[in-house]
Amino acid sequence: MSQATVPRAAGARRAAARVANPAGRMGYVFVAGYFVLLLAFGVVPTAYALWLSISNSRGQLVGLGQFTRTFADYRFLPAFGHVLMYLVIWLVTLMVLVVLLAIMLHGRMPRTSSALRFVYYLPGALAGVASVLLWLILLDPAASPVGWLLEAFGWDTLAKVIAPDHLPVLFTVIAFWTGAGGWIVIMYGALNNIPHEVIEAARIDGANVLQIALRVQIPMLRKWIAYMLILAFATGTQLFVEPQLVSTASWGMIPDGWSVAQVSYLYAFQAGDFHGAAALAVDLVVVGLACAAVVVFRTGLFEKD
Amino acid sequence: MRIPTSRRAPALAALAASLLVLAACGSADPDPAAGASPRATAFTPVEQVPGSELLVWADATRVPGVEAYQKAHPDVKIKIVTYSGDANGANDLQTKVQLFDRSGSGWPDVAFNVNYNAVTWASEGAKPYAAPVNQGLIDKSVLDGFADGALAPCTVGENVYCVRNDLAQVVLWYNKKLFDDFGYEVPTTWEEYQALGERVAKEHPGYLVGTAGDPWTPEVYFWAGQCPASTVTGAKAVTVNLNDPKCTRMATLLDKLIAAGSVSKDTVFASGFIKDHADKVLMMPGPSWYGQVLFNSTFKTPKGQIAAAPPLKFEADQAAFTGNVGGGVWFISAHSKNLKAAADLVTWMTTSTDYQATAGTCPAYKEAATAWLKGQQDTGYFAEDVAPAFTEAAGKVWPGWSATRYSHEAIYASTVVPALNDGKTLTSLLGTWQTAIENKATSLGYTVNP
Repeated sequence: MSQATVPRAAGARRAAARVANPAGRMGYVFVAGYFVLLLAFGVVPTAYALWLSISNSRGQLVGLGQFTRTFADYRFLPAFGHVLMYLVIWLVTLMVLVVLLAIMLHGRMPRTSSALRFVYYLPGALAGVASVLLWLILLDPAASPVGWLLEAFGWDTLAKVIAPDHLPVLFTVIAFWTGAGGWIVIMYGALNNIPHEVIEAARIDGANVLQIALRVQIPMLRKWIAYMLILAFATGTQLFVEPQLVSTASWGMIPDGWSVAQVSYLYAFQAGDFHGAAALAVDLVVVGLACAAVVVFRTGLFEKD
Repeated sequence: MRIPTSRRAPALAALAASLLVLAACGSADPDPAAGASPRATAFTPVEQVPGSELLVWADATRVPGVEAYQKAHPDVKIKIVTYSGDANGANDLQTKVQLFDRSGSGWPDVAFNVNYNAVTWASEGAKPYAAPVNQGLIDKSVLDGFADGALAPCTVGENVYCVRNDLAQVVLWYNKKLFDDFGYEVPTTWEEYQALGERVAKEHPGYLVGTAGDPWTPEVYFWAGQCPASTVTGAKAVTVNLNDPKCTRMATLLDKLIAAGSVSKDTVFASGFIKDHADKVLMMPGPSWYGQVLFNSTFKTPKGQIAAAPPLKFEADQAAFTGNVGGGVWFISAHSKNLKAAADLVTWMTTSTDYQATAGTCPAYKEAATAWLKGQQDTGYFAEDVAPAFTEAAGKVWPGWSATRYSHEAIYASTVVPALNDGKTLTSLLGTWQTAIENKATSLGYTVNP
């Protein structure tokens, strides 16, 4: 709506209304786009999965039957074990390295930091699948530019590089490389939010860099770290692209049901059993929500200062 | 603000309780209809719309053929969709058909698939995706023109649910130039093969007689050795017995050659293998498509070196048998509104000498195969005519190995290959491998007998 078409008096009234409610209706319009997508691709599919997971192919309700049936599957525990192993390594690495790199970037290298922030962010700008493909080349000693490094570990063929024990670490490396850059930039922004006077006061009190980081910066970053953990946990439990692509590229050397999401995929598309698949997906939702709840209440993520 | 814990607990308890109450209503078994095939009932097509558009799904290799058909038949309306063809373990057709089954539309009228195992899921269910081509779609005289046993993987009960595009019979590939240089004789039995493998390891270290790290090692070695790893005995019943002497003899043979160093634990398509070992392959049992696809295009072995020998036999056995690695199939959708045009297209794609003679793989239709083999000879790539070995192998595929809903390749590659690379022997892995097959088969609704 352009200003010129609105009569002056009405314009003045609207201006008054806008002051009373500065967010105005525009706020709803901005949120609407997201809300529609969230509904169509988030809420409705989740509700549909919930319905599928408690019913069977004849549309009868079966309670927890689908859950107990998938729990008894021979792939269930190994898949959760794999994902748990991966999550432990990935979350710890992510938390430690992201916070460390962000603080170093913020404190020590003001001149180079903007260039470095860009470099960190760059891999994240690549689409996920493309990044994994890049790693497939990096991990093959015959094709990799860092093949000498792999061979130094005694891994002279792709089969030895992707041995089952190495997988959680390999997927962590891939996930860190593709996803951590964005978090470093966010943490950097969060560090900028810490009032300069607080750091100044600590410094006057004689705190060194390490003490400032441990006693001032990290505690003030707590909510941001919690936020990162929740999202990284959710994406981590849904691990799919990495094992699926590495498996294809290695001529199937990784089991097709390595992660929980893959087992769910096999249920739906190999066995044609969408109800079992939905039960596994709901398992992930429940685990994700439970862990998010723990993190939210422990860190007071939603508390207002 | 913290949500008081006391308010959440009763809600959760109520939810859990209501779920448990619901538990009594039905059984959580997977779709009971999925296992039962409508083999006895006659095929009833959907309402036919003559002249309606055909939706054809094919892989990039087969698309030029469909385009050639389109050119020769301009009055047929065709929409071509290029997809993976399910090569390299992809599962796209099944994935999409499962979704089309749920949404009730979208099925391709004609679909190509490189993996004949697909027939197992395509012929199952309340309304199977594949139409039985023998029920009035394709003439019996045409179906009889296929190589012996070529349509066996497509046949479920009385019905033929797909049409075979190409054969992938296993032969013994060898490098004639190296054999001449080293003064060796091409083996005719597995015992001779093993002896030569041990000899070349001593006399010319680094040269190879085979690979055990390919996903299709089970088909190349164990199928040919008549190991009962995949014998379907009835609707959804399969026999798996890797402890059978016919399996252990092959495992022992491979273990000895792996230990000697003349059988690699890598796969032939690994970039490391291509870089370091491609020019050191003395011989290699492998499918018919190895000739052009592997030796010519991938290894870039020069012209006039590679030749094929007939399948090997164990001295104790009466006759030689061989395995089979793939071989694509064409499906006609049971949901198609233009079955006549679909059948005509599939017949042309599989039997047309014009098209099949120039294809990359050995045609399953006998007449086309003869023309194709002549074409192979004319390329001048092979050191000797491969036709005798190919023709002999085509009729010797061991019939005791059936198509299953699961892929032996995926199981072997993920269970056995990593352990081999970890230094374990095949013989010691037979138990693990057996369990992996049993688990996978059971998870897809099979009953497994030892």
